[in-house]
Amino acid sequence: MATTHSRSAARLMISPAVLLLLAWMIIPLAMTLYFSTLRYNLLMPGMEEFIGFDNYRYFLTDPAFYAAFQNTLLLVVGVLLITVIGGVLLALLLDQEFWGQGIVRILAIAPFFVMPTVSALVWKNMFMNPVNGLFAHIAKGLGLQPYDFLAHAPLFSIVLMVSWTWLPFATLILLTALQSLDREQIEAAEMDGAGAFSRFFYIVVPHLSRAATVVVLIETIFLLSVFAEILVTTNGGPGYASTNITYLVYAQSLLQFDVGGGAAGGIVAVVLANIVAIFLMRMIGKNLDA
Amino acid sequence: MARSTTPRRKAMFTVFAWAVGLLLFFPILWTVLTSFKTEAEAIASPPSFLGFHWTFENYVTVQERSNYGRHFWNSVVISVGSTVLGVLIAVPAAWAMAFVPGKRTRDVLMWMLSTKMLPPVGVLIPIYLIFRDLGLLDTKFGLVIVLMLINLPIIVWMLYTYFKEIPGEILEACRMDGAGLREEIIHVLTPMAVPGIASTLLLNVILAWNEAFWTLNLTAAKAAPLTAFIASYSSPEGLFYAKLSAASTMAIAPIMILGWFSQKQLVRGLTFGAVK
Repeated sequence: MATTHSRSAARLMISPAVLLLLAWMIIPLAMTLYFSTLRYNLLMPGMEEFIGFDNYRYFLTDPAFYAAFQNTLLLVVGVLLITVIGGVLLALLLDQEFWGQGIVRILAIAPFFVMPTVSALVWKNMFMNPVNGLFAHIAKGLGLQPYDFLAHAPLFSIVLMVSWTWLPFATLILLTALQSLDREQIEAAEMDGAGAFSRFFYIVVPHLSRAATVVVLIETIFLLSVFAEILVTTNGGPGYASTNITYLVYAQSLLQFDVGGGAAGGIVAVVLANIVAIFLMRMIGKNLDA
Repeated sequence: MARSTTPRRKAMFTVFAWAVGLLLFFPILWTVLTSFKTEAEAIASPPSFLGFHWTFENYVTVQERSNYGRHFWNSVVISVGSTVLGVLIAVPAAWAMAFVPGKRTRDVLMWMLSTKMLPPVGVLIPIYLIFRDLGLLDTKFGLVIVLMLINLPIIVWMLYTYFKEIPGEILEACRMDGAGLREEIIHVLTPMAVPGIASTLLLNVILAWNEAFWTLNLTAAKAAPLTAFIASYSSPEGLFYAKLSAASTMAIAPIMILGWFSQKQLVRGLTFGAVK
């Protein structure tokens, strides 16, 4: 149907978006790659020199990297477990018939719209603070010793905060998928004598698996880059206890001004994210054909 | 799952669902309530839930002491500006890909998606240095550009999935009737595309409003939007719970209201059309 004329018009219409994204991706990434081979500190301008792979060697053998790598994994996996399992349960619950469905849905989705800095500060001060936080009040009310969440379990506390943001997201997507489930299929299975459990595991779970995969992959992309929550609560500490790779690279480049080392870390982060991205692209690519 | 719900079953699920919904919403509710307390009541033990002396004082103080209005305006300019600019660039691209698909349209779309996967720290240093050298650090203009680029793939994808749903036959009929590309766009496509464009705008304003990597790293006092403004409460001032709550409430209220309208679009937009 398309004529040569409309084809070239189409190309013209696509090119601004493509060129902008290309520039956004290629130029800074090339610069990061280049910086990663230099000894380059912002406090010593003009002293840059080529040092090959040394920055990578330092970054990858730094104990801080292992701590950050481990924390990144724990953060991503922890939040994923909480949000996907919680999301499935919550979606199943919200899919039931009950009074005030619309309002409950609105209440449940609300945390997703809270900006990360607000969510982190509210949790840190008003809930987890060992003196004035609500959890401390509750603990005292029960005659228990208040627990200093961010000092003793910083990573776990951040997992909780981030999960609070992403649980509504997972729930919303799984609920949407659940509502597209063919009721007749379930009724047919019921008539054939399938019990609640086999209906759940043989019909609902396979139907949700695709949406759940999408949730996992998209959350992973965002969770690899959790930053604001760490910045305003623990600053990555105590020590490196709640530093993830994103925060480590930030600290190295903008707090210690070590551009070379930070750039090497940035490239490592890109490589790790790409491993995840490949799976996500496959998933969504498949959908494009359908 | 079973559609034949008995009243008792329905009552049970009502209690259960409301309990879970209120639990998830509680931190927000608590923040809003605390924002109307005095500082002393905000840290009183045991805390009072509703029986305190309601006051608007904190809202006034937050505005007076830290010029809340300016940060709010920064947020509006940055989120709306970046989204509108992004949509202006994305509409032609998405239109072309949806209606004049070529052999490589699919690859282009997938590639655009892949740029979204680039972790921001991978390009933090160059962007920071480029911004420093061009004098763009701590400017609204700089952030509008960065957030536009961050969200451009989502904008293109969302528009693409919406445009895809416009039946191609209508366009063919137009062409048969001798309508040119211009007429086709103005009289046929635009009216059908408006809902999709509106949803795209809505979701991306929300995403830009809450973006907290670039806004924290590229702004200081002048261009700081609400994300960065609230972050300034992280130390000593964070101890003033009532004021922190008032600032937080004002920061999240507008976007929460928009958000509730955009639930459906959220699913489609953030899953790149994979779940509808």
